[in-house]
Amino acid sequence: MTRSGILGRFRTGKLVAIVLATIWLVIVIAPLYYMILASFRTQGTYLTANPWIPSGGLSASSYGTVFGAGLGRYLLNSVILTVVCIAATVTISLAAAYRIVERRSRAVSASFMVMLFGLAIPIQAIIVPIYVLIYKMHLYDTLFALILTLSAAAIPVSVLIMVSFVRDIPRELISAMLVDGGNEWTVFRQLIWPLSRPVLATLAIYDGLNVWNNFLLPLVLTQSNNVAVLPLGLTKLEGLYSVNVPAVMAGVLLSALPLVVLFVIMRRQVMNSLGGVIAR
Amino acid sequence: MLLFCLFIVVPMIAAIVLSFVKWNGLGTPTWAAGSNWAEFFRDPVARTSVEVTAKVVVLSYIVQTPISMALGMFTAGKQRYKSVYATIFVLPLLMSTAGIALMWESLLDPTFGALTALSKSWNLSFLNQNWLGSPNLTLYVVIAIIAWQFIPFHTLLYAVGRRQIPEVLYEAARLDGASPAQMFWRVTLPQLRYTIVTSGILMIVGALTYFDIIYIMTDGGPGYTTRVLSLDMYDVAFLQDQYGYASVLAVILSVFGIAIAVGLARFTGFASMASQQEGAA
Repeated sequence: MTRSGILGRFRTGKLVAIVLATIWLVIVIAPLYYMILASFRTQGTYLTANPWIPSGGLSASSYGTVFGAGLGRYLLNSVILTVVCIAATVTISLAAAYRIVERRSRAVSASFMVMLFGLAIPIQAIIVPIYVLIYKMHLYDTLFALILTLSAAAIPVSVLIMVSFVRDIPRELISAMLVDGGNEWTVFRQLIWPLSRPVLATLAIYDGLNVWNNFLLPLVLTQSNNVAVLPLGLTKLEGLYSVNVPAVMAGVLLSALPLVVLFVIMRRQVMNSLGGVIAR
Repeated sequence: MLLFCLFIVVPMIAAIVLSFVKWNGLGTPTWAAGSNWAEFFRDPVARTSVEVTAKVVVLSYIVQTPISMALGMFTAGKQRYKSVYATIFVLPLLMSTAGIALMWESLLDPTFGALTALSKSWNLSFLNQNWLGSPNLTLYVVIAIIAWQFIPFHTLLYAVGRRQIPEVLYEAARLDGASPAQMFWRVTLPQLRYTIVTSGILMIVGALTYFDIIYIMTDGGPGYTTRVLSLDMYDVAFLQDQYGYASVLAVILSVFGIAIAVGLARFTGFASMASQQEGAA
């Protein structure tokens, strides 16, 4: 085959790739575009205007409607839940990983194996006992119930990721610090903690997304409006406004907004961590 | 650690115990021996759910893997426009499942939805369907929406995997006169082995336990055509108050999940990864 033939094939290949990727791009963007446009309609113009063309009267009144319907409260609940869960899982998994790597006792490795096993258990499979447990602890319909269960559910993956990271911290550094008169706590605070900060950020993003978007646990463990988190709150909005599609779309958009803002601020970090967490 | 044991390990054991018990959640549980399990094999709804779940799992895997792999390879490149593509591809990941479900629900509305509008203005009658209310179609619509939601994540995985392949391998292949197709089959694919397994396990276990979108959009309907096992279990537990029987479904669900994950790991020689993990303990 001639040289230009090979180059020609490379070019066609590239072109095909770009065309296919652009088709997917449209598949991703089109529904989002539709949603944004629909959220700026009123109930009346939603029914009459062409949903793809931004003409025929746009208004932001739906955004007012959803805040009136308690979206602010759902948003606050979601933020509290996510922040507390991230803090809890990050601290627990870092401490647990340090323990697992440092102390190679039988009990520790046994509990690590149990944790690996926990990775394979889907939350759906244990939702009934979780519900009973929470009910018996008189925590049903509280944010605290969600904090406990969602943190627990995030721990297996987080510990696994932290273990594979802490394991790579040179043993010599730790023993040097201990020889210099440091105790375990100073090692943890002055060596492990600063070194693991980038991984912790990764972990925070990954766990945070999972907590923010979780639907099943809030659905089963809460019922009243003042503890509803965003995903559940959105379905409540839909129940309330089943004929007011613009309001529901505005709610969906607002609920994604905090994540979009965070994403814009730290795009690199997010993209690297989402892929990196599992690919490690 | 205590938290994990209390909310993950204890429920795991409790689910198994509960599957041998009759309990409506209020009274005292009574021992039922194997009767819940016998019911599973007699229950036609459960059989349908198993079939629907199997379809969701198999089709999700078949649809998502090639698309994610192709997009992953594409976005792994360093060109500027590719990072723009990559950024946009990630967007669905930022939406909650509930949000995605509500968005598609209104988009597919047979009267006012956006596809219906398209079919009218372009005269494309095949776009005018009762997407979420047709026994022959709805399951595939749901599978497509699940793909829309999860392909971005698997694309990221494949992009990361592709970037980790040493460029030297490609240079060597090029010197040997390999064509792009040969490079893909002989270099890229074998090097991506772990990514393929990881992504496959996540895809399959995820599809197996898929709940949110189906619960919100179709609630298993029309009829039982989209009633997956996890929805059946939710229904039996929290609407019919049969906690014992629901636990049977839960145990079956996790056994399937573990069996498929372990099987896939064995089959594709993932064992070397497992021994790495053992080294950690």
